Formats: sequence, C-alpha cells, structure tokens
Amino acid sequence: MTRRLKEIIIKRIFFLFACVSILILGLIVAFLFREGIPIFRIVSVRDFLLGGEWYPTFDPPAFGIWPLIVGSFIVTFLSTFIAVPLGVLSAVYISEVAPRPMKEILKPLIELLAGIPSVVLGFFGMVVLAPWLQDTFDLPTGLNIVNASLMLAVMAIPTISSIAEDALYAVPREFKEASYALGATKSETILKVIIPSALSGISTAVILGMARAIGETMVVLMVAGGAAAIPESLFDSVRPMPASIAAEMGEAPFRSEHYHALFATGIVLFLLTLAFNLIADYVSHKFRETGSGTL
Amino acid sequence: MEDNRVIKTKDVNFYYGKFRALTDISMDFEKNRVTALIGPSGCGKSTLLRLLNRMNDLIDGTRVEGEVLFEGMNIYDPDVDPVEIRRRIGMVFQKPNPFPKSIFNNITYGPRLAGLSDRVELEALAEQSLKQAVLWDEVKDILGQSAMMLSGGQQQRLCIARALAMKPDVLLMDEPTSALDPISTAKIEELIQDLKRQYTIIIVTHNMQQAARISDRTGFFYIGKLIEYSATEKIFTRPDIKQTEDYITGRFG
Repeated sequence: MTRRLKEIIIKRIFFLFACVSILILGLIVAFLFREGIPIFRIVSVRDFLLGGEWYPTFDPPAFGIWPLIVGSFIVTFLSTFIAVPLGVLSAVYISEVAPRPMKEILKPLIELLAGIPSVVLGFFGMVVLAPWLQDTFDLPTGLNIVNASLMLAVMAIPTISSIAEDALYAVPREFKEASYALGATKSETILKVIIPSALSGISTAVILGMARAIGETMVVLMVAGGAAAIPESLFDSVRPMPASIAAEMGEAPFRSEHYHALFATGIVLFLLTLAFNLIADYVSHKFRETGSGTL
Repeated sequence: MEDNRVIKTKDVNFYYGKFRALTDISMDFEKNRVTALIGPSGCGKSTLLRLLNRMNDLIDGTRVEGEVLFEGMNIYDPDVDPVEIRRRIGMVFQKPNPFPKSIFNNITYGPRLAGLSDRVELEALAEQSLKQAVLWDEVKDILGQSAMMLSGGQQQRLCIARALAMKPDVLLMDEPTSALDPISTAKIEELIQDLKRQYTIIIVTHNMQQAARISDRTGFFYIGKLIEYSATEKIFTRPDIKQTEDYITGRFG
C-alpha cells in the first residue's frame, strides 16, 4: 500500500467518524420535528406559543405553553443574574489575583461543582432549601422560582467560571505589561484592561451558562413547584418547559395530541438553546476579529 | 556632573529563582542622552532594562540585590511605590502592544489613571503626545477608532506616544524596532533622536548598527555582566576589551 493511499484512507475514516455525530444530531432533530409538528394541525403556532393555558389532559384540552416559556425564562434570567457575578469574579480571582497554590486548589474545586449530578442538587433544593424558604418567608411552598434559580445558578457557575477564566487567561501578557508600565495598579489593570479585553469570552461564558440553565431538567422538575401559570411574584411556583416535558411524557399516550404538544415544546426549547449557542458563537467571533475597539 | 546622572545602579545582582541573570552591575545613565545596551541573547540587557522601572516585580520568584538609584532615591527601597516609579520612567516594548481600545483611549489611559479627567486637557495632551511621536498627521481624523487597525510601525509610535503622555523623565525601550520593517524602523530612530532633547532614553537593541547610529553611550553585556561601557564611538571603533571587539565585528553572538 502506498503512503498516499494510506493517507487518503485515514482521512476518510476521520471524516466518517465526524459524520456520525452530525448524522445522529440530524436524526434527532428530524424526529423532534416529525413528532412535534402534528400539534399545529390542532392549534395555531401563535396560540401554542402565546396561549396562556396549559391543560393538556382536560376536555377539551388547552395547549398554550406561554406560562411554561415564561417559567423557563424567569428561572434562567434570575439564575444568570446570580451566577454571573459569582462565576466571573471567581474567574478573575483565579486567573489574576490568587497566588499559585490557591489557584491550584480553587480551580479543580469549582470544576468539581460541575460534576455534582443535578438530581443531587434538586434533592438539596427540596430537602434543605425549600423548608428554609418556606419558614423564613412564610410561604405556602418553598418549591418556587427563587429556589429553582438558586439551584440553577449553582449549576451555571462552573460553566461561566471556567470559560471566563480561559478568556481572561488568553489576554496577552503584553497588555498587562503595557498597563503596569503606564503606572496602573493591579486592580486598575484588571478592571480597565484585562476584563475589557476578555469581554467577548466572558459574554460567551454567560450565554453558554444561560443555555445550560434553560435546558436543565432535573433541578427545575424537582424544585420549581410545577405550577403551569404565569407567576406573580418570585416566590410563586413555575413549570419550566423541560420540567413539563419530563413530568408529562410518561403519562401522555403515544402519538396523542398531548404527546405531540410535548414534542413541540421540545422544538421550542431546542430552538432557544440553538439561538443561545449561535449568539455565543457570533459574539466570540465578532470581537476576536475587530478587537473591542471602542471600549 | 553629578546632576547629570539620572539613574545609577550599584552592584546590582538579579536572580530568577536560583539563576543569577545579572552580576554586579554598576552603571550610570546620563540625562538627555541615548544609552544603548547591546549583547547576545540572554546576556541580561533586557533584564537590566526592566529592573529600572521595576517591571521585573511582575515575575514570580525574582530577587534583586544592590541599589538602583533614580534621582538619588533607591527605587527598591521598601517604602517606594512601584506605581509612582513607573509613572516617571516609561517603557516601550519589543512588540507593539496597544490596548484593544480607541487611539484616543490608548493615549489617555495612563493620564486618566493618574487623575487627569478634564476632556479639553486630555485632548490637548493626546495631540501633543501624538505630535511628539510623529503620528498626529496620520491619525488625527481617526482618534476614535481602534488602535488595532493601525500598521505595526504606527502601533509602535502610538505606544511611544502613550508612554510620552505620562510626561516621564526617562524612557526605556526594549528592542522597539525588532518587530518592524526598515521604513518604520528609520522613522522610530529619527524620533529617538528628537526625543533625547527632552528625555533620557535607554534602549536595548540587537541591532548593532542601530546602537551605533542613535546612541551616545553603549554598554556591552555578556552572560549577565557589563563587559564594557563607554562612548558609543569608542565602543564601535576602538573598544578596550577583546570580547567587545569580537562581538561588534560579528565574530560571535
């Protein structure tokens, strides 16, 4: 066998393996759409997305997922609001401030946080956080938006922290030196040079953290409370989309309207996650090309 | 005569961990002169330059012995704030390193940190610094644009302008033209000649012709030691020491 032929064969094999994952993704998406689309023969896309009532097992059933979308967004944004400062600041501390031994302890610890199974976090939220919230704020239930957001934040922190840290680490040493040479202190250098230079990577980290939170199922299933209604306060229960799918899929008869409606909810979730990823990709590319010139 | 020596080093030894990078360096740098530091790679010339504004502080595990006197004050005295030293002793690096900010914000970065906030003054300072660095005509209409879109030579002049905006007494230059093309190099050499009227310039260079062209005094370093230090003309025409002669005639290095 000639060397050239070997090269070609090896190349083809790699190509084949690369294709497998794309093919699987394609099949999943095709299946998702095939099972989800039929619901739109019964309700319009508009009524499905913006309908305020989700009573899939009533007679007649109501398939409006607006409360679920609102539930998903509210826990996602609140958890991002909690996780971003913690994740970004811990990344800054690890990459710029911490002495080396401290760094070597902290970094794996935060990464370990990502390794906690979400069901364990959910369990913690149910057994520890929920009773505490209920007692402290005198609520009917501790399974609510605040609880879910806190647990989701714990899940998003390691994602945000480790991607943000990579971005901070990638800031060229020359920028830091230039800043110090102009008489900047360490904190001035961090705030005015390092963080702005890493902003695209930090934004990517935040968006990916949000994507992680919006798709997370187990935690919201266990601690969000499960009420398919538009919440009026942060202590109300909600039913985010993944929780709804996970809770109801078992009881929805195969290829019933309810079944199709859950798949359609899956399509919405998929498109949202896809959008988050595309935005993250766009942000990181755009800034890399032009530099954040006007900062 | 005493007044003319802005920076003096006295028996300076410098260590990276256990490695001794500089041995017993005693050197005077005169005011309004260009002093060149030459020598083969790893000879310690850049290390010495970075010692003069305490940039080596930023590297872990380094240690300094001896004294570096700036206007009579030991800058390694525990009471001295390195930030204050770096405001008075500016630095230009080997690779042009503008911030990914606008040209205007690059120039005004240091002065703003030092407390200058008046917009009119900042604008005047930016204009003055860019004119000093002979960059004003090229960028006066695009001050709001990113410095990253300038050419390498323009970026390096911007970095010089940025250092000048701090109104330093001394300007340290670490191989400022090694990443540039010959035309940009010529511009910067010309600039250095102009700047020495107002500033004391210490420049590290790998390029011996450059040292011969622009400097008044030259120090030759080899393996962490100052081998010979005198007027540039003397170093390049009749050096006292054989090693210096071997190096400048290209027999090693």
